Parts: sequence; C-alpha cells; structure tokens
Amino acid sequence: MAETREQHDQSIKDALMKQNAKTVTVLSSLLAIQDSLGYISGRAIDQIASYTGSTLNDVWGVASFYTNFRFSPPGENFVEVCWGPTCHLLGAQGVLDCVLGELGLKEEGDTGDRKVSLKFNTCLGACSQGPLVSVNHKIIGPKLIGDANPKDFQNSVVKIISDLKKG
Amino acid sequence: MTSFDEIYSKSKSRYQELESGNKPWIRIGTAVCGEAAGSKEVVDRIKSDLRSLGVDANVSEVGCIGLCYAEPIVDVIKPGGPRIFYGNVNPDIASEIVKSYVSEDDYRPDLALAAMSESDVDGVMNMKDLPMWSKQVRVALRNCGNIDPMEIGQYIATGGYAALDKAVNSMTPEEVLKEVQDSGLRGRGGAAFPTGTKWSFLARSPGPVKYILCNCEEGDPGAFNDKGILESDPHSLIEGTILAGYASGASNGIVFIRHGHEGPINRTLAAIEQAYELGLLGNNILGSSFSFDMEVSLTGDSYVAGEETALMESIEGKRAMPRARPPFPAAYGVWGLPSNINNIKSLSYVPEIIAKGGEWFAGIGTDGSKGTAILCLSGNIKYSGMIEVPMGLTINQVIYDIAGGTPDGRKVKFLQTGGPLGGVLPDEKMDVELDFGAMSQAGAILGSGGLIVADERACAVNMARLLVAFCQYESCGKCFPCRLGMTNLIEILERVSNFASRPEDLELMTNIGQNMAAGSLCGHGQLGWNPVQSALKYFPDDFSAHMEEKRCITGQCAQQITTPQRTRSRWSPVQLLELKV
Repeated sequence: MAETREQHDQSIKDALMKQNAKTVTVLSSLLAIQDSLGYISGRAIDQIASYTGSTLNDVWGVASFYTNFRFSPPGENFVEVCWGPTCHLLGAQGVLDCVLGELGLKEEGDTGDRKVSLKFNTCLGACSQGPLVSVNHKIIGPKLIGDANPKDFQNSVVKIISDLKKG
Repeated sequence: MTSFDEIYSKSKSRYQELESGNKPWIRIGTAVCGEAAGSKEVVDRIKSDLRSLGVDANVSEVGCIGLCYAEPIVDVIKPGGPRIFYGNVNPDIASEIVKSYVSEDDYRPDLALAAMSESDVDGVMNMKDLPMWSKQVRVALRNCGNIDPMEIGQYIATGGYAALDKAVNSMTPEEVLKEVQDSGLRGRGGAAFPTGTKWSFLARSPGPVKYILCNCEEGDPGAFNDKGILESDPHSLIEGTILAGYASGASNGIVFIRHGHEGPINRTLAAIEQAYELGLLGNNILGSSFSFDMEVSLTGDSYVAGEETALMESIEGKRAMPRARPPFPAAYGVWGLPSNINNIKSLSYVPEIIAKGGEWFAGIGTDGSKGTAILCLSGNIKYSGMIEVPMGLTINQVIYDIAGGTPDGRKVKFLQTGGPLGGVLPDEKMDVELDFGAMSQAGAILGSGGLIVADERACAVNMARLLVAFCQYESCGKCFPCRLGMTNLIEILERVSNFASRPEDLELMTNIGQNMAAGSLCGHGQLGWNPVQSALKYFPDDFSAHMEEKRCITGQCAQQITTPQRTRSRWSPVQLLELKV
C-alpha cells in the first residue's frame, strides 16, 4: 500500500522529533531520516530545512556529500561488500564479482525488482575477519559460515544473496 | 552525594563475587570482530544450554581481547578453577564447553586456546607463552576483553575512575597537565603531536565553554583499534576525556563516531549515561568544583571527516571539508569556540598516566616515542588482531614473532601502514623500530596503527591502484589539486595495470603527485601521493614489468578491479532537481 503524502510527511516529522542526537544539526537530522525511512526524499529536505533553520541548498549540499545517503527508497534487502585493502588482499574482488554477477548488476545500485540494494563499503570495521560482507546490517566473515577457503566463502555468499532474491 | 570510596567498595565487592564467587563466570567476546565470526550465535547457544542443563552461571558479553584470529572466544572462570580461553568456538563447541567445563569439571584441553593463571594448567598453554600475548604491555587496552563494557561497576572495580577522583580532588589542573607533559605522550591519530603541549594551548584559550573532541571517525581501512576501545572499554576514553577537560579547563566533550558502527556507538552512549548517574559527569564531579558534559556526535560516510578541521565542520552538521589553518582549533574550533582534538587511543592512555604517573609511562618505549603502540594486524597474516606493544620493538618482531608471519609460510612482500595515505614498506625494510621518527624516515607512517600484510602474491601496482581508488573516492573535493589529481592518478594507474601505459606516465604521475602535495589544505591531498611514491620507490620492477614488458609478475592485474565509479560530486544540480520533483 502506497504511503500518502500526509503519512510520508508525518513519518519524516516523527523521525526528526525522535532523533537521538543531543545537538540537532542538518547532518543529525539527515541521519535520523535515513535510518527511519531508508532514504532522503525531497519532502524530507524541505522539512529538515525548516526544522533546522537552514536553506534548501545547505541541506542538499550536506546530503549529497556523505556517500551513505540515498535519494530513492532502498530495496527490500541491503547488501554491502567491503573493498578496502585488507579485504582486497583476502579476496574481496572475487566476492564482489560473484555478488554483482548474482544480482545482475554492473556496479552498486538496486536490482530491477527492488529486492536487493548493493553498496560498496570501504571498511566494515572488522578487518581481522576479512573479506567481509554485510547483509541487512549483519556483518558476515568466512568464519561465520564455517569455511576458511575463499571459494567456499564466495559460494556461500552467492547462496545467501540468491535466497534474498527469492525470499 | 556518595563519595567515590563508597562507589568503589560497592563495585569491588560485586566484581569479586563475579570473579571468585560460587558461580562460574563466562565471558564472550562480542565486539564486531567476534560478531563477524559468529559470537552472537555462540551467546544464544550458551544461554539456552545453561537453561536446559539448569546450571547457574554469570554470562557477560565483553569486548575484544585482541586475539581476533581466534574469535569467537569464550572465556570461562570457575570457583577455584583456572580461567580458560577457548578459541574458534562455534555453537556446537560452545555446547561441549558448557557440558564439560561449566557444569562438570573437565576443562577440555583439546578445545582450549590458553589458560590465564599463575600456575600451569595441565595440557593447556599458559597465556604468558602465547606468542600473540607474551610481548604485549597493555595500558590503553588493559580492560579490553576482561570487563563488560556496559557495566560501569566492572570498570570501577578494576581501578577505573580512581585517577579522576585523585585529579579533581587532590591535584590542580596544572599538575594533571604536567603529568601528561612528563609522560611524553604523543598523539596516536597519525600526526604524533605531543598531547600535553596541545592541551596547554587549549588551557590558555578563554572559556567558559571549551571542547574536547574525541576522534573515532577511524575511516582507515585496516585500523579498528579506536572502535575496538570504544566497544570494549568506553569508560577508559570517558575518564581520559574528563581528565583532559580538567587539565585544559574545558567544559564539554564530544565523541565523534561514524554512523552505522552500532557496537561502539551504543556502548559509548550507555557508558556516558552510567557515568552521569554516578556523578562522574555533569555538575560538580565527585564533589569537586569541576563540571563537564559529554555527548556523542555521529557523522555520515566520509573519510576526510576524520581530519581535525573537517571533523568540526561535520559536528556542526555541514559538509566535512577541511578549514584553512590558522586559526587553529585551540583558538577557533567547533561552533567557533576553543577546541582540542585527540584520538581515542591518546585519551585512553590518560587515566593510567594520572594513576601511575607520567614518569612511569615515559619509562616504556623509546626516547622519541614514549609508551606503547596499539596495532591492528590484518591481511595475509597468521594471527590477526589488535595488540599493544612497547614502542621500540621492530616491525619484524611484530610480524613474525607476535603475529606468526603469513598463514601458509609465503614470503611477505610488503606492509601497508598507517592507513591508505601511509604507503607501503617492503620486507627488507621491516627491521625498522616502532618509533614515529624511525618509521617516517623509512617512508612509512605509524599513523593510526593499522598494519596490513601482503604476501608475495600481491602486486605493488595493483595495491597502489586500489589505494588511489580509495583516496579518489574519498577526496572531499574542496582543493582541486586533490580532487583532480586523484582522478588523474587513478586513470594513469588503470592504464598501467591494463598494460596500456604511455612512456610519459611516470613523469606525469610524479608531477601530479608533487602538485597535490603542494596545493592541498589537508593531509588527504598532501599525502595522497604517498602510496604511489612508495610503491614506485620500493617496487620499480613491478612497474617496469607492467609498463615495458606488458605483464604483471604476480598475475593479480589480470583480474579487473571493481571500485565505485563515482566521486563526491556525483550529483549534478540537474539530477538533484529531478529527484526533488
């Protein structure tokens, strides 16, 4: 069921009012809305501008700077693959290629059926466990799946992704 | 108002009950490294097994003890028994441990990693003999993996906040500052600026509102020690920050973390709240006349946000782009007020320095670099993890004696140190000491402490290309030599790795790199040439093979590299307008 404009405005307002930051800024408001809606809509930009007393330009400027913000609703599932140097040395390119192949994508983005959104990440923060992928914000390394070798890990990741596509 | 002694004795008796009471105490490492290896599943299994067996035990989720190669780690101490660490635990092994050791008395030497005890435990290696543990001197990491980061009482029972009590109730701010100056502590974020000197600048700035900013942006791939400290022992940082505030007359502290790292963020938020409840933060701390407030500020994905002036812009909610200096932060910082920026590691040393004295800290390490180095080991290495060793050890000792070399005995080719801007260090240069001066002389910076090991399968051109791809993606775009220079460098390196280089490419790259260094405001552009320069210097053969013989020695460049094909200016005004409609 599609959200009406009023409902959308209300969810933006709720996210703005409920944000956890002690000091409210344009950035903290954007992060709150991205967390609760999954993306930054044009209406959200308007509301953030009036809520924080900034101009639309200021808000767009901040939103377009940080690479975690997106401007269209995300797919049902969110997959991140790390391509930082450690993961690269441990076989991240192979994992990336498999994931892109399985999703039928050429670069990061959403699948046509909007089941999966793929994002490249520069560091997921657990380099000692690389190569890492994150599926719906759960970080997965080779050990979690019980395999040490790169080929098995790639296969397991492909399996997880294909389940996401089906489910 | 309860005095600190009361708080301490209450915490201490509760902690003793845990450590040597009549129930087993199970600690499980659930920092992000543990989580990526499956520790949440282990916690669930242990809890359900304890229920079904009807065994009464205390279970704590602790941070990262640093032996990340063996995660998930389960650590069990029993009344009267030894403290045993089990490594590489999966849910099934966890069930075995609960059945054999927690509910009965078989400590299962076959599953154990090591034992932490005075006397030797039959069939289990003592922690003191574990290669990754034996050479460590844990100051900032002293509590990591030992205490529950969500329990302030455990931190206090192990000596926490005693330094704060001592400082605010029996020392003047000048005395605290002098201890830190005497300790010789230098910043651990990369620039290695003397911490005490930095604080003295802030102390001279006019108040009443002054900020201590704690930088945990930590975008360096390969470095996870700042997040590790916040996730494992956030109170060390909080106590260090309050002490910094006391010494420099600051009124507010802000912990700056990249959004999305839930472990460090949630544990820091909880820790700050607990510190307020006990009167360790807020007005009149521990009955003194000193007041200090702390909060957490989150940033979006931007590597440059970790630069000190860009960080202040980000806290103000703007684009994380560096400011020109002067004015320096001590005069004009966040919100235009005097500010001091320290790395998480630097601040986490401070409680121990105040508790044990600056002289004690200065006794560890080398003449130019006092204290310990907190290192993150990752890449093609046998024992990956987070360690703290005295300055002055050689890199060779760290890589081979502590971390066991490469997993399959292949030759180490190079080391990538200090984040993507740090450059590469070849195997033959690894006799260099862990020392800020010696490291930068060798052409590598100690930086934030990330050491990424690459074995002989890695190609230097490939690594340089990946590092420049990272730097190009993360350039904030303010200074054009960096924004355009990185883009040109990546184009040239792509040509080189596709064996389509032009004869003038080497000269062109050098030219661009030098211009970037000369014409950029912050370290991102100034040092952005480092990865290529050091790769060219130490691995000229790799480059000439690509450029002249049209081949890659290791074959790594045969595979295409996929990196994000966009920059920070990816949204044109027209696109943004379209989105809005």
